[in-house]
Amino acid sequence: MKKLGLIINPIAGMGGRVGLKGTDGVVDQAIKLGALPQAPNRTEMSLKVLSDLKEKIEIVTCSGDMGENEAKKCGFKTRVVLEIKNRNTNQQDTIIAAKKLLEEDVDLLLFAGGDGTARDIYEAVGDKMTVVGIPAGVKIHSAVYASSPQKAGDLAVLYLQDNVPKVQEVEVMDIDEEAFRNGIVKTRLYGYLKIPYEKRFLQGKKSGSVMSDQAAQRAIGFDIVDNMEKNVYYIIGPGSTTRPIMEILEIPFTLLGVDLVYNKKLVKKDLTEKELLGEIENRPVKLVVTPIGGQGYIFGRGNQQISPDVIRKVGKKNIIVVATKQKLSSLEGRPFLVDTGDERLDEELRGYIRVTSGYKELVMYKVNA
Amino acid sequence: MKRINRNYKVRNFHQAKWDEPIIFELSKKGERGVLVPQAEEKIVALVGDGVSKIPQGMFRKELPKLPEISQPRVLRHYMRLSQMTLGADVNVEIGQGTCTVKYSPKVNEQLGKMPEMTEVHPLQHESTVQGILEIMYKTELCMREISGMDRFTFQPGGGSQAIMTMAAVVRAYHKANGNADKKDEIITTIYSHPSDAAAPALMGYKIIYIHPDENGYPDFEAFKEAVSERTAAFIVANPEDTGVYNKRVQEFTRMVHEKGGLCCYDQANANGLLGVTRAREAGFDMCHFNLHKTFSTPHGCGGPATGAMGVTKQLEKFMPAPLIDFDGEKYFLNEDITNNPYTIGKVRAFNGVAPVVMKTYAWIMNLGAEGLYEAAKIAVLNNNYLFKKLMALDCVDAPYIKGKQRIEQVRYTLEKLTEDTGIKTEDIQRRMMDFGMHYWCSHHPYYVPEPMTLEPTETPSKEDLDEYIATLEHIFKEAYETPEKFKNAPYCSSCHRVDESGMDDPNEWAISWRSYLKKSIAE
Amino acid sequence: MSIQGFKSHPYIPNSVLEVQQEMLKEIGLNSLEELHAEVPEEIKLKENMNFPKPFKSEYALKRHVEGLLKKNKTCNDNISFLGAGCWQHYVPAICDEINSRGEFLTAYGGEPYNDFGRFQSLFEYQSLVAELVDMDVVNVPTMDGAQAAATAIRMAGRITGRNEILVPKAMDEEKHLIIKNYCEPDLTLIKVDYDMKTGQLDLEDLKKKISEKTAAVFFENPSFLGFIEEHGQEISDIAHDVGALSVVGVDPSSLGVLTPPSGYGADIISGDLQPLGMHMNYGGGQSGFMATRDEEKFVMEFPSRLFGIAPTSAEGEYGFGDVAYDRTSFGHHRHEGKEYVGTQTALWGITAGVYLATMGPAGMFELGQTIMQKSQYAIKRLNEIKGVKGSLFDAVNFKEFIVNFDGTKKTVKEINRMLRERNIFGGKDLTKDFPELGESALYCVTEVHMKEDIDKLIVAIEECVKA
Repeated sequence: MKKLGLIINPIAGMGGRVGLKGTDGVVDQAIKLGALPQAPNRTEMSLKVLSDLKEKIEIVTCSGDMGENEAKKCGFKTRVVLEIKNRNTNQQDTIIAAKKLLEEDVDLLLFAGGDGTARDIYEAVGDKMTVVGIPAGVKIHSAVYASSPQKAGDLAVLYLQDNVPKVQEVEVMDIDEEAFRNGIVKTRLYGYLKIPYEKRFLQGKKSGSVMSDQAAQRAIGFDIVDNMEKNVYYIIGPGSTTRPIMEILEIPFTLLGVDLVYNKKLVKKDLTEKELLGEIENRPVKLVVTPIGGQGYIFGRGNQQISPDVIRKVGKKNIIVVATKQKLSSLEGRPFLVDTGDERLDEELRGYIRVTSGYKELVMYKVNA
Repeated sequence: MKRINRNYKVRNFHQAKWDEPIIFELSKKGERGVLVPQAEEKIVALVGDGVSKIPQGMFRKELPKLPEISQPRVLRHYMRLSQMTLGADVNVEIGQGTCTVKYSPKVNEQLGKMPEMTEVHPLQHESTVQGILEIMYKTELCMREISGMDRFTFQPGGGSQAIMTMAAVVRAYHKANGNADKKDEIITTIYSHPSDAAAPALMGYKIIYIHPDENGYPDFEAFKEAVSERTAAFIVANPEDTGVYNKRVQEFTRMVHEKGGLCCYDQANANGLLGVTRAREAGFDMCHFNLHKTFSTPHGCGGPATGAMGVTKQLEKFMPAPLIDFDGEKYFLNEDITNNPYTIGKVRAFNGVAPVVMKTYAWIMNLGAEGLYEAAKIAVLNNNYLFKKLMALDCVDAPYIKGKQRIEQVRYTLEKLTEDTGIKTEDIQRRMMDFGMHYWCSHHPYYVPEPMTLEPTETPSKEDLDEYIATLEHIFKEAYETPEKFKNAPYCSSCHRVDESGMDDPNEWAISWRSYLKKSIAE
Repeated sequence: MSIQGFKSHPYIPNSVLEVQQEMLKEIGLNSLEELHAEVPEEIKLKENMNFPKPFKSEYALKRHVEGLLKKNKTCNDNISFLGAGCWQHYVPAICDEINSRGEFLTAYGGEPYNDFGRFQSLFEYQSLVAELVDMDVVNVPTMDGAQAAATAIRMAGRITGRNEILVPKAMDEEKHLIIKNYCEPDLTLIKVDYDMKTGQLDLEDLKKKISEKTAAVFFENPSFLGFIEEHGQEISDIAHDVGALSVVGVDPSSLGVLTPPSGYGADIISGDLQPLGMHMNYGGGQSGFMATRDEEKFVMEFPSRLFGIAPTSAEGEYGFGDVAYDRTSFGHHRHEGKEYVGTQTALWGITAGVYLATMGPAGMFELGQTIMQKSQYAIKRLNEIKGVKGSLFDAVNFKEFIVNFDGTKKTVKEINRMLRERNIFGGKDLTKDFPELGESALYCVTEVHMKEDIDKLIVAIEECVKA
């Protein structure tokens, strides 16, 4: 019998209907405004898809609104492993619950919530568990979430039925909600969660060149590595697109930080702005960055270490932007954005740049300030 | 007697379903499908069994494990498989956008079966192949007229090979000018066929993609930034697969020429432009036509085909050898071209797929210049009729410039339908099969969300178009009302939803029957 | 512009004026001329294209094209000994019957739900060729044998990360040129000599030229010049010793009697399917195949489509789909350019499947045996002619062999001309590509040659030599 973990963030999504952009820190206000829970309902929609597996799975979950109620309502064999006393659950509850389910060694964790919830799950389990997110929050930037509750159910079914289930890593993104409520969008990459690899349905296969995103990232990595110049410093920005460069070079790296490479060797990883400026002073240097998050920022989001001073030192012509075509297509034609905090620099960075999208493959792409 | 009610728009279809075994399962020891002509007794008397001379280790000790099946059973098997295949002879072929599937005249097939076509060896002396050489030469003259180019080769066996040939000519041209090292970039657009990037990549070029601007034209500002002294060539389709025609094409080609680059026209989408506009006037140095698309020769499940590739006079010497010429008396394989040091050599065996060229010739001679023009006009009429009708539906949109005509196809988006109902374009694709119709999404990467690419050509009638539209409407309605219907579609196909989960797994994929037998576990 | 189209052309239903008007009205236009508004006036053609007048009936057209085609002389009405990459074999009637089926003939790129039969028959074709070559993975066909060889060689380049390819000097020059086009600039082709006495690959020269840079040794069996390469295993071993792959081009019609290359160390096999049920079609019947073991590192390098079998949602039903569809550009760097797969020669793949299913193991053995007997007979009889060597090389041949006319004081060109006058197409003239072989021609004898055909050749050559 397979064990399916279930965590519902019952307050996720409550802010949206009452005009609050997210629920982080404003639950009471939301309830006062008459917000109703969204997550339980959406969880039921997912669980219905799983009903064929009723005899084959056990749901392992927390008491009451955090899972027990919905699991039982849908008629699943349910085991409660954590009592949650709070009526209005908080961040900490999600983290404790996820850690508990990790101990229980569940086969898959299904959770309902928004970007904040995904971040909490990531904090609790990292890459130790495969998860599927049921979209129930106001903000959904993380690719951890399926496109609909039913789709989350489909994914869970596929994963649980497979003898050799396959997974992929996706970004956990969130924006700063405080800033967001004031109309400022700041996204951050928090890390990566493992989700089931979505098997394709048969479609449009007249001819044969589809590159999986991961393979494309690797091809980009080879392009950068093969063209690395001698005695030039390479600043490698954060993100999964730049990661293969370090993997190919077989040197340590930070996923979320900024690393420095010289003659294919690591100089230092996770540098601060100050350290960067110190290292590259009067030296030939190139900078490899990838747009972060769904908005297409190449500077000013998630890589603030690469400050206006650093960018000026590097010089516009030494900036190498990398992005897979899938990533570019997710922008749906919107230009890249820069928000370095220095308006004049932003202005200088405007125009068209060459983006490395594969091995010996470039895309002309527009940059707006 | 009761009048039978035929008053419905959507077809009550069911594909043949024969549930045929895999051919190996039909094997019965000792059965024979055909007898092979044996060596006569006198030969055997003189040389013996023939095979004992085979050097040691080279004689096959164990016969290949092919099935043993009588002829009627082999025939029945394949007849049944053919019935489970939705060729263009059977369905209204609108749904394979970019493929230009049109009517392939039967008379051309009959001509292709003449022994004077089938029983001719490609190395026969030219005096014995005057017929086919004449046909190829005359077809070339037509190709020249249609494109404005000066020379054509029929060697490439398809569109992608023609593009590769163009890229090889680009390489040879810059090499001859001593610029091979300096010119290492080829520019294309994301809505050109993927081969336009992949084929030059094979030739070692760096590829630069141009995105469309908000109207769907290749972004001219981006293009200006991309073109440089390093530009070896610009390879592009026009109209692109969106059906949008780039009006400023001359400015693009001019800019490339100013930097010493060449311009190559992928004319896979030429069907809507025959007799309307040509490669030469748009400023191209090379172009190719897919004869199996624009010129009606059948697609054959994916070939044999031909990518007729043409160049301007200055590039003739780089063409693959040999070219076909006429000296006033006889047609011949031009040895001068073969012997010149600039030629790219060869891209395909012998002189290409001759029957495809012959069928192209027959199609052109059936329609003439006026008929070709008419075909283009009607293809565009059909497309814009379909376009208008589909855009009137709430859940259908087409990205980019609004209110303008498209050429011979349109890439639509069903994003709204998906947002409203959760039903995706590939769900629609499977469901369309329940009504006996093809439906194609598009190539990856999906720049257009939830794409649907339709290309009606001149072949369907208004009634056919209306049926296709009515069927789509019917299915969209289902998506809103009974979305669960899509989960297990198709219902009326020869086959149900395929479990693809093992297709990417080396432990599970099975690319042959023997491999399947090794990897599958009987329960 | 006053161009008028046909009224009611049979291929264009909407050329009926009334329907046209109705449709134009629907989209708010008055005439067909208002279409193509997006094409700038300055690049529009101002007058009709300059073509010959079309034929006014299907009959007239047919008569015209038939008339042109009849100017060709066929290998039915003459006796042909031409081979060199395109061979005259018997095509069982069932092959033509199946590939003429409109459903197969006019299908294209549909899904398994539309084109179930296309998927099954191509999966079966893969499976049948897999048995013939004794390997587990075979692709949906490529353009021709030369491209299959080129693709196999590029695969080897990517797998090994190396860039030199050793190829036999005794190979078809045209094939060499095609491979070169596919391989430049990433891979360099280096020719390995052959033994002048036996034609066999010169193993000493091979050892001299092979190195750590070698990605693959490519050789053919039977070779282009017709002899059976006896040292297949040794060649493969020499390749493997330096970490290179053994890539072997094979004539599938020989595999009823000859060991498949997988039996002597080949890692990748390539070849042309034309002998398996395709008419010569003036070179239009060519179709390439490749085969490898079922190992991820090989499968992932195929640029072609590979159809796999799979269960469906219905119990007991076979389903099909694309194996590792995303593989095309997996992680490749130095030789990363994989050919793009477009329209190639799928119909010939289906036909080759029909052929192999019809022939069966016994048929393929008998085919090989008959070819060997008849070609040996021809060689023996040619040897009897003064000044003629029936087979130049001291080696066993399959289907093709070099006939040398040095002792006759006549050129191949002259002899072929005289043979043509006697309704015989002599072998391919080798004097241009292989000047070291003197006045030699490559002759081809298959199961279609009856004893009387060969005897006629002997008589004719005797006459030519005396003339």
